[in-house]
Amino acid sequence: MFTIVKREEMAAGTIILNEIEAPLIAKKARPGQFVILKANEEGERIPLTMADTDPARGTITIVYMVVGKSTALFRDLKVGDAYQDVIGPLGKPTHLERVGKVVCVGGGTGVAVLHPITRGLKEVGNEVTCIIGARNHGLLILEEQMKAASHDLRVCTDDGSYGHHGFVTEVLKEVLQAGEVKLVVAIGPVPMMKAVSAITREFGVATMVSLNPIMVDGTGMCGGCRVTVGGETKFACVDGPEFDGHQVDYDELILRLRAYQEEEQKSHQHYCNVRDAA
Amino acid sequence: MASTAERKSGGGRVPMPEQEPKVRARNFLEVPTGYTVKMAQEEAARCLQCKKPGCVSGCPVGVDIPGFIELIAQGDMTGAIRNLWSKNALPAVCGRVCPQEVQCEGKCIVGKKGEPVAIGNLERFCADYERENGHGELPPKAPATGKKVAVVGSGPSGLTVAGDLITKGHDVTIYEAFHKPGGVLVYGIPEFRLPKAIVAQEVDFLARLGVNIQCNAVVGRTVSLDELFEEGFDAIYVGVGAGLPRFMNIAGENLVGILSANEYLTRANLMKAYKYPEVDTPIPLGKNVVVLGAGNVAMDSARTAMRLGAESVKIVYRRSREEMPARKAEIHHAEEEGIELFLLTNPTRYLGNDKGRLTGMECLRMELGEPDASGRRRPVAVAGSEFEIACDLCIVAVGSGANPLLTSETPDMRLNRWGNVITDEKTGKTTKKGVWAGGDIVTGAATVILAMGAGRDAANSIHDFLTLGW
Repeated sequence: MFTIVKREEMAAGTIILNEIEAPLIAKKARPGQFVILKANEEGERIPLTMADTDPARGTITIVYMVVGKSTALFRDLKVGDAYQDVIGPLGKPTHLERVGKVVCVGGGTGVAVLHPITRGLKEVGNEVTCIIGARNHGLLILEEQMKAASHDLRVCTDDGSYGHHGFVTEVLKEVLQAGEVKLVVAIGPVPMMKAVSAITREFGVATMVSLNPIMVDGTGMCGGCRVTVGGETKFACVDGPEFDGHQVDYDELILRLRAYQEEEQKSHQHYCNVRDAA
Repeated sequence: MASTAERKSGGGRVPMPEQEPKVRARNFLEVPTGYTVKMAQEEAARCLQCKKPGCVSGCPVGVDIPGFIELIAQGDMTGAIRNLWSKNALPAVCGRVCPQEVQCEGKCIVGKKGEPVAIGNLERFCADYERENGHGELPPKAPATGKKVAVVGSGPSGLTVAGDLITKGHDVTIYEAFHKPGGVLVYGIPEFRLPKAIVAQEVDFLARLGVNIQCNAVVGRTVSLDELFEEGFDAIYVGVGAGLPRFMNIAGENLVGILSANEYLTRANLMKAYKYPEVDTPIPLGKNVVVLGAGNVAMDSARTAMRLGAESVKIVYRRSREEMPARKAEIHHAEEEGIELFLLTNPTRYLGNDKGRLTGMECLRMELGEPDASGRRRPVAVAGSEFEIACDLCIVAVGSGANPLLTSETPDMRLNRWGNVITDEKTGKTTKKGVWAGGDIVTGAATVILAMGAGRDAANSIHDFLTLGW
C-alpha cells in the first residue's frame, strides 16, 4: 500500500497535491519520469508525471486536476489513506544539460511537472526564465516555488485576474524576441504545447514537450500511448514522455486523448451522483 | 455416446459439456464446463497404457500421461494430481490452454483410428477435482538452503521456476510489473477460456509454499538486475515474456478504434473492463469489429468483442485456414459463436472520419504462392482485388516482439538481432553470470507450456548452480 502523508488542495476541489510513501520509486526517480497510480481494486491505472521526490523521506509527490471519475476518486483520499498500487518510475528522465538561456513554459497542472525540471536546468548552470499560466488566479499553482526554481518568473492568466492578461504564448514571444534563447521546455495542455511549438519553430529554438497520452501498462506492452513524432509512431511510455516539440503530431494526439470521452463523462457523472446522494 | 468397447478400438472421446454457442457468445463464463467423475473415468478407460507412450514424448515437460490417466481410471484422484504436480506445476492451466493436438494428443495411438484420448480434458479434470475436493495439502519442501533467487515476471515460466526452487529449499521472490501476478495468464487469456480464480489459486499455492510475490515492481526501472544482486540474490531468472505489440505499419494505424490485442485484452482481462462501468477502466465497444491475425490471441480478441455485444466480428488473415496458428478448438469455438473468417485477405490501409475515428479498412485478396522461410505458402496479392470492410473497431493481433525495457538496461546480457535474450539451450543460462532466462523473451511469442518447459530446465540448472556452482 502507498500511504498519503500529505495532501493539499492547491485550487479548491480541482487541483490536488498528494505526497505518497513509495520509497523504491523515490530512490530511483529522476525529473521528467512518471508513475502509474491505481486507487483501489476496481480502479483505473492513471499515469501522472511526478512533481517531486524525496528519497530521504521515501516519498513522491503528484499534482493532478480532477477531470473524471478516477481523479475524483483520488481527490476523496485523505491523509493516511493509501493508493492500492503505484508503479514506477516509468519513462525516460529529462536530459538536463547546460545550454545557456532556457525558457520553461507551464500551463495548468503542467507547472507541477515543470517544477523539478526547471530546478534541474537551473542547477546545471542555465539561465532560466519561467512563464506559467492558468485560466484564472485561483487555478494558478506553485508561483513561489517556480520563482525560487528560476531566475525570472512571468505569470499569465487567461481572464486577467492576475499577472499578464492573456496566454503564455504572448509572453513567450516577447522573451524570444529578446534573443539568445537556446531551449524552450513546454509542459501543459496539448493546445498550449502545440501553440508554443508553433512559435518556437518560427524562432528556430529547440523545444521539448512532455506528453501524457492514454496508456494502460506504461512499460511498452499495450501501445495505447502511440504518438506520431517526426512521421514515426512512438510509444510515449518508453520512448518518452518527452519529445521534440517540433516533431509531435498534436492534432492526432488531441483526437486520441478523446478516445474515451463519452465513457469518462458518464462514469464521472454517475460517481458524483452516487457520492452527492450519500 | 459410443460404448466403451467401441471406444477402446478407436472411436470418439467423451465430449466435455459446453455452454450453448448462442448463450456463451454473450457471457464471460468458461465455455467447456468440465467432466464429471464418471465422464473422466470413462475417458480414462480409453487409454491403451502403451509401453512406449508417444504422448509423453510429445509433452514439453514430460508429464507421465498414462500414469495419471490410470490413476483416474482407478478412482485415485489424489494420486493422479500428485503424479501431475511432480512434472507440471500448473495442470489446471495447461489442461485448458495447451495445444494438445500438436503435442500429447497428436501422438496418441488411439488417435490413429479415431479421436485421441482427451488428455487435456483429463488433466483439467484432475486439477479441478483437487481444487474442489482436495485437502489443499502442500507437497514436501527440502530444508532451507539459505540461497536467494529472484524471478522476474510471474507468467507461466516464472511461476514454474518459483515452484520448483521453493520446494528445493531456496528462498524465492517473484517481481511482477503489473499490480496482479500471473503474467499472460491474467492479462492475456480471457476469463471464458481460463477463469482468473484458477490462476489466483495457482499463485496462492506458491505463496503458501513460501514464495514472496512483489507486484508493481518493474525490473529495469524500479530496480535493476545488478541491484538485485547487491540486495543479496544469488541467482536471477528472467521470464518477462514477449510484450511488445506488433502493428501492421500501414496508413491510418493511429486512428481511434485501432488497438493492439495486448491493449484490448489487458483492458478486458486484467482490468476487467468488460464489467465497465462497475470497474473504472473503459474498453471500446465496436459494432463491427475486425481482428487482424489468426493465432490464439486473435481468437481470444474476436470472442471477447462478440461477448461485449458486437454485431459482427471478422477475423482477417492473409493466409488460408490450413495456416491458421490458433488451437483447433479455439477456431471451432469462434466459428460456432458467429465469428466470420475472412481468409486470404490483407489490409492495405485504414479509413477514418474527421474525428480521427476508424470507419473501415481497404483490403486486398491474396492467393498462396511458393512456401516461404516458415515453410508455409507465401500469400501473394491479387492485383486489382481491392475492397473495403466497414468497421469501427480493429484489434491488431499479428504477434509480439521482445519488450526492450529490461534488456536495454542490462547491457551485459546478450541479445539476438530480434532483441531476444541469448541462452544456453539446455540450461537457460544467459551470457550474464548468475542470470537465466526462458519463455517468450528467449523464444519469441510461443505457448504457455513451452515457457513452462524452459522454466523447468532453468530451475534445474539454477539448483545445480546454487548447490555446485556456475
